[in-house]
Amino acid sequence: MFLIAGKTYMRIILNNTEEEIIANTLTINELLRYKNFTFRLLVIKINGKLIRKEEYDTAVVRDGDNVVVMHLVSGG
Amino acid sequence: MQVKECMALTIEKRLGSITVGIAGCGGLGSNCAVALARVGTGHLILADFDLVEQGNLNRQYYFLDQVGQQKVEALKNNIHRINPDIKIDAYPVMLDPDKIRDIFQECDAIVEAFDRKEMKLMIAETVLIHMPHIPLIMGSGLAGWGNNDQLATRQSGNLYICGDESSETSDVLPPLAPRVGIVANMQANVVMEILLGKKGTIC
Repeated sequence: MFLIAGKTYMRIILNNTEEEIIANTLTINELLRYKNFTFRLLVIKINGKLIRKEEYDTAVVRDGDNVVVMHLVSGG
Repeated sequence: MQVKECMALTIEKRLGSITVGIAGCGGLGSNCAVALARVGTGHLILADFDLVEQGNLNRQYYFLDQVGQQKVEALKNNIHRINPDIKIDAYPVMLDPDKIRDIFQECDAIVEAFDRKEMKLMIAETVLIHMPHIPLIMGSGLAGWGNNDQLATRQSGNLYICGDESSETSDVLPPLAPRVGIVANMQANVVMEILLGKKGTIC
């Protein structure tokens, strides 16, 4: 974590891209809102661990975490 | 032995001893299963509750005279016309977490080939939580036509996802043979890469 102009930032890897976000921590739902992910069904992992949909309000993303978000859409 | 012969024998030997599960035998599953059969995959486990319908023939590996047949049985017959030596278990069932764990537990890889995204999430959670050692190769985003270069493969641990992750089937964006076939073959290609290693590394 680091400070710029008095604001705390955290640095995470989101889908293989480094992101700097103004926050100490974020829940998954907060991260999805922050990044404007609008897809309804997702596979999400924090540091390789699957986060189930029921955990999106409680699972926390912290500085240094590696987050993967994959989109599921119908069709096959 | 020449490299070419070694390669052919090694591919045959390696793939001949593996088992791949196909969860859903629609556009993705039927085409992926046929690709895996053609390269000599030894054992395929097919699961789908559905019957072949005429509307399926725009993308699925069935024939007009098979309309009305159970998909897993029709696909088994079609694969055996290509290679009668492939062992095939056909389950005409609607998959749920318990059946997935039961039917696919001995697989070396599982191909997710459902139509509905809710089913895609269900198998992702089931395999990642209860069978994390088995690679799961999913298809997501294949409706419509064109945009070849949007189709990609992403990996996170033992989870692979093939497709553009955005184009969803709808009344104006149907699933069609070319794009569905591309993604189905991408999934088969990932299975080969997982089980054989990267190009040029087996001889």
